[in-house]
Amino acid sequence: MTMLATTARVAEAAAPLDGREPLTTLLERVRAGREFGPNVLSTLDVLQVLYDRVLRITPATVDDPDRDRFLLSKGHAVAGYYALLAAKGFIPPDWLDDQGGPDSRLGDHPDRTLIPGVEIGSGSLGHGLGLGVGTALGLRAQGLLTPRVYVLLGDAELDEGSNHEAIAYAGAVGLANLTAIVVDNSSATHGWPGGLATRFTANGWTAATVDGRDHTAVHTALTGHHGHRPHLVVAVVEAGER
Amino acid sequence: MRDRFVDTTTALLAEDPRTALVLADISASAFAPAAERHPDRVLNVGIREQLMVGVAGGLALTGLRPIVHTYAPFLVERAYEQIKLDLDHQDASAVLVSVGASYDRAEAGRTHLGPADVALFDTLSGWTVHAPGHPDEVPALLRAMVAAEGSAYLRLSTLHNAEPHGGDGALVVVRDAGPGAALLVAVGPVLDAALDATSGLPVSVAYTHRPRPFDTAGLRALADREVILVEPYLAGTSTRVVAAALADRPHRLLALGVRREEWRRYGSATDHARWHGLDANGLRRSITDFLAPALV
Repeated sequence: MTMLATTARVAEAAAPLDGREPLTTLLERVRAGREFGPNVLSTLDVLQVLYDRVLRITPATVDDPDRDRFLLSKGHAVAGYYALLAAKGFIPPDWLDDQGGPDSRLGDHPDRTLIPGVEIGSGSLGHGLGLGVGTALGLRAQGLLTPRVYVLLGDAELDEGSNHEAIAYAGAVGLANLTAIVVDNSSATHGWPGGLATRFTANGWTAATVDGRDHTAVHTALTGHHGHRPHLVVAVVEAGER
Repeated sequence: MRDRFVDTTTALLAEDPRTALVLADISASAFAPAAERHPDRVLNVGIREQLMVGVAGGLALTGLRPIVHTYAPFLVERAYEQIKLDLDHQDASAVLVSVGASYDRAEAGRTHLGPADVALFDTLSGWTVHAPGHPDEVPALLRAMVAAEGSAYLRLSTLHNAEPHGGDGALVVVRDAGPGAALLVAVGPVLDAALDATSGLPVSVAYTHRPRPFDTAGLRALADREVILVEPYLAGTSTRVVAAALADRPHRLLALGVRREEWRRYGSATDHARWHGLDANGLRRSITDFLAPALV
């Protein structure tokens, strides 16, 4: 995708979310003149659907035991994440202007102890799903049956074997309050012959594979869990959009 | 020690609904009664050590107090990045409990030896590490670790001293050889061999089951010019903290422990202790060599 097309995609996402600053303006603040890879865009649609229509999280409930949990496992996909957190009022937009600076709370990978609303620090791939499984188990053990745990990964991130420990175990124990979302931009070096969803469904997960740009389809998939098994949403986007 | 760990953990699970246990098959049968009573808080993830520690991190993020248990090399070496990131980096904490120690399962070979565990925790910040020297030390230590807030590692071994030594981990003088004597600090199960080795030598012997945080105040109060460390894991693991504690004083330090060589030999834990120079005879040789200049 060319830079021109990239800019067009950013503009497409320009609609104000809730009367605060439009997302595109916030993204431009994160960008600060830097050349962004297209990875911002591969996750942006899914993040918008999650934060607009799915997650039961607000800036006022970031410490509420009963909140939904969103775990960004592919921690390099921060630009859209930070812009959304600012758009939703979790962080002040001013924080976006100095990402990675010596006094900034926003790194190129997120740190949960520095950013309200961020559930895990990530960056090293293959950690979010295990933490998500533990979070889902912890909620269940405490009788917190309403909140759901959502973990966002990339198709290349699934190369890390730790994910497959989590996939197999979550399926085996029917961890019904867990949803994994894999943004699939065909970036895994050796691919997933037979489809990456089969790695989950073979272990007892339900799965839906949708166009990662189609907000209605993504929403349907994200709410398509039936309550007895862990659920997978594969959001397919253009190849190369890391 | 493992039996005391199982009994104490089983009791803690019943007493405090915050307590959870994460296993990777090892010791799962010993915890079967607890798992039956607390199926949501006794979690055996199968032979998946990365997941085991990741799950512990997630449990802690929801407010539970996880205890995590398997063989030392699988718990600490295989899952080291999960310890660093899924616990420490998340500001989440857990109590990790290992069995196997440096060479308890000597006949199993290199794969089941874990002499580097304490050194690996020493690359991290804020961990409490206990290496008890007797099964009777285990219950109180485990209860204190679980009741505390931070992360802690409990290193269980089949090797032990004849008698337990309680306390919170501050150095306890077991033999006082008087002013000017060298100070030997024995950690956990090597105490009895250290006492045998220094019989009749001008060496005071102090004991601790808590190498981290090391009792540096006690060390400064007890040490004169010669300090001898005897540790049941990698030799030199506590050299750094002793050197820093005594940085303002002229002193000599001998650090004994498990050597880095891979022997490629099986045998028993007793055999390995001898090969690493950690039996009484080996310790005495090393200690007399070290003290020889002062004895002349």
